[in-house]
Amino acid sequence: MLSQKGIIRLSVILGIIFWSLFTIVDLMALFSELNNIAFGIPAFVSNLLLTLFIISLILFYRFNIGQAESVNFVDLLWRVFVSGLIATIVTLSIEFFFTVFASSKVGSNTLVINFLYHINIGLVIAFLVSTFIVWKRLILYQKSKSLLAAWQLYEYALFGTLIFDLFSHDYQDPAFLAVYSILVIIGLALSFNLKWIAYLNFKQKWRSILFVLLVIIYIWYFFKTLMFFSERVLLVRDLLDSVFILSLITFIVIYCAIALLVILFNLPTTSVFEKKLEEAVNFQRLSQSIPAGESEEKVYEILLDSSVSAVYSEAAWLQISDPNKNVEVTLTHNLNEEVIPKIAKAVNNSRFKKILNSDFERNPKSLKISANLKDVNFRSILQFPVTVKGEKIGVLALLKEVNDGFNKEMIDIIDTFVNQASISVENFRLLNEAITNERYKEELKIANRVQNKLLPDKLEPCAAYDIHAFTQAADEVGGDYYDVYQLDEERTALIIGDVSGKGTSAAFHMAQMKGVFQSLVQLDLDPKEFLVHANNALSRCLESTSFITVSFFVIDSKTRKVNFARAGHCPSLYYNAETGKTEYFKNRGLGLGILRNFNFHKYVQVNEFEYHAQDVLVLYTDGITEACDNKKEQFGFERLQNALTKHAHQSPSAIQQGIIEELYEFCGKESLNDDYTLLIVKFN
Amino acid sequence: MIKIDNHINDEPEYYQLSVGGEIDASSSIHLEEGLKNAMQASKKIIVDLAELEYISSAGLGVFMSIIQELDNQNIKFIIYGMAPKVYEVFEILGLNQLISIKKDKEEALEAIK
Repeated sequence: MLSQKGIIRLSVILGIIFWSLFTIVDLMALFSELNNIAFGIPAFVSNLLLTLFIISLILFYRFNIGQAESVNFVDLLWRVFVSGLIATIVTLSIEFFFTVFASSKVGSNTLVINFLYHINIGLVIAFLVSTFIVWKRLILYQKSKSLLAAWQLYEYALFGTLIFDLFSHDYQDPAFLAVYSILVIIGLALSFNLKWIAYLNFKQKWRSILFVLLVIIYIWYFFKTLMFFSERVLLVRDLLDSVFILSLITFIVIYCAIALLVILFNLPTTSVFEKKLEEAVNFQRLSQSIPAGESEEKVYEILLDSSVSAVYSEAAWLQISDPNKNVEVTLTHNLNEEVIPKIAKAVNNSRFKKILNSDFERNPKSLKISANLKDVNFRSILQFPVTVKGEKIGVLALLKEVNDGFNKEMIDIIDTFVNQASISVENFRLLNEAITNERYKEELKIANRVQNKLLPDKLEPCAAYDIHAFTQAADEVGGDYYDVYQLDEERTALIIGDVSGKGTSAAFHMAQMKGVFQSLVQLDLDPKEFLVHANNALSRCLESTSFITVSFFVIDSKTRKVNFARAGHCPSLYYNAETGKTEYFKNRGLGLGILRNFNFHKYVQVNEFEYHAQDVLVLYTDGITEACDNKKEQFGFERLQNALTKHAHQSPSAIQQGIIEELYEFCGKESLNDDYTLLIVKFN
Repeated sequence: MIKIDNHINDEPEYYQLSVGGEIDASSSIHLEEGLKNAMQASKKIIVDLAELEYISSAGLGVFMSIIQELDNQNIKFIIYGMAPKVYEVFEILGLNQLISIKKDKEEALEAIK
């Protein structure tokens, strides 16, 4: 396939060849006629050559004149103007030639006249075709499907006339007139597509009027010249006998006339259209989200600028004061900041004040006011509250030097602007909040990692027992704690603890508990002493309403005995393999940090029991027994007891899984909103 | 949800606080406020927990935090009417050893005489 450039070049060459052949054939025919010689070539050939010439021109302009876009309407008209100008200059020089040589032989030679006439024909046709293509582009600007179909019909009909013209016709021929009238009617209908005019600004409209007028003048001049030729001498061919050419001229003139009128009538409304366009652009600027890192102030600046230009206000101010977000902005336009309080006072005193809020959204703190003013430099004011998330954060005030300067339309547009600015600011803030939240989440994740390190990462089985632990926090961090310490080869210390409350504060106390355990356990204290010391230590560091419950165990594999004490913690559960029974150790005790004096030791009771192989000790936190189902019934001690009895013969991890599964089955995993821990010790 | 009511009786003289519903971390603030007011108003306080359905460790922390103060100010402080489930929670923590707990209002009034 040929490239666009190739087609343009080829069409130029073909055009020149066809025009030359057409001129030679016509002149030869004329010469034979003048000298009464029989001419071999029929008139049909010359018509065909002319048609081919026209087709070359159409091809050329089709590819040479680009699509219409809102920026180049005037450029397109400019092209028409230029091609018309060239044709006119050449035609004028031919006329000049006739004036100079009017009396001489050359001036009255029929052959010379016909040759010049052919040059004229070529140029005029070129002008007509180029104008036609430009008109086509303009008509089809923002085309619809039906318009495109109508246009194609017209174009095919018009090209059809080229074939019709192959056979010479007289313009008085009825067939000629019929075809011509049909084309004129379709052309007229199509000529009402003038959407492009709306997109011209004031200056462009004036230029367009000028160009369109020039086109009409050109055509009138060409028509006159062609008529002049046909009246003056014997012409071998009269261009005006072609339906194609006549239809083309008519169409171009009709479109020119209509376009001229429409542009003229549109001139006064141009500024309105431009205004609307500007408003749309401003609206878009306001609605663009502010990139992170930039400040809200940008939005306020755009809001003030757009509002001022939208309502032609002489002065304005925008005051934003949002202590929550630490935003203090005062922007003014043609106004000294010191005048603001004076004007605000004038608004209060104004007797011509209209409140624009609808009744149901009337809030005395954020009123939209339109008022006439007295005793200040301005006569009217339009005042709008700027709100974000329903909270008023500032005021936009627009001023004019005339009374009643703001109409309904202006109020609406300001309302839209202010709303859009609010949304932009809101979005901007939400985005920032989201970023902050993300950072907090990140911090909590770190806290979670740190806390996980506070719990033993792996519980080693030893000679005396096998052990398995499971813990889950309701939030990222929790207050449950367990730990193991090897006192010597035979003895192990074991602790489980639960800090009152949950979340971050519980996590801090849990870390303190870890410190207390790790320090005291080194001293190899018996359970009672351990708890008394722990209570003393914690009494000095816990909040007044916080306490920690723990159970502390010392397991001796040599004597096969366990010494333990309970400090307010949930009673431990014990499975006796021999009897197959499960029971709770209900010794007395008091939570750590509750009694912050020296009486604590009175409340500690140490117990001792002997263990046997396959016995199971279960330590847990109240998150398990107090877990509720949807009827608010607690999982409770009995269910836990039964669950252990059921699973006690299994390995520690299987026992843990069995109990947790039963717990989840009872209350659903999602509804657990407390920290819960389970520690299974199975003796060997 | 927590419900707190108070009633000041003149003869015999006592301050009655009724706490119902659920006491969790957020509602425990109201309990704390109620107890502080009671302690300012009277030296004889009885607390009716008959309507109390649930108390979290944060709620227990509030009771715990006033024990020392009650002792210092010589305030007679009795809790009564608890449901078994609620009593169990007090018992496990050991608070029943530090706060006197009675079965019903009659016993409570007897105790503060």
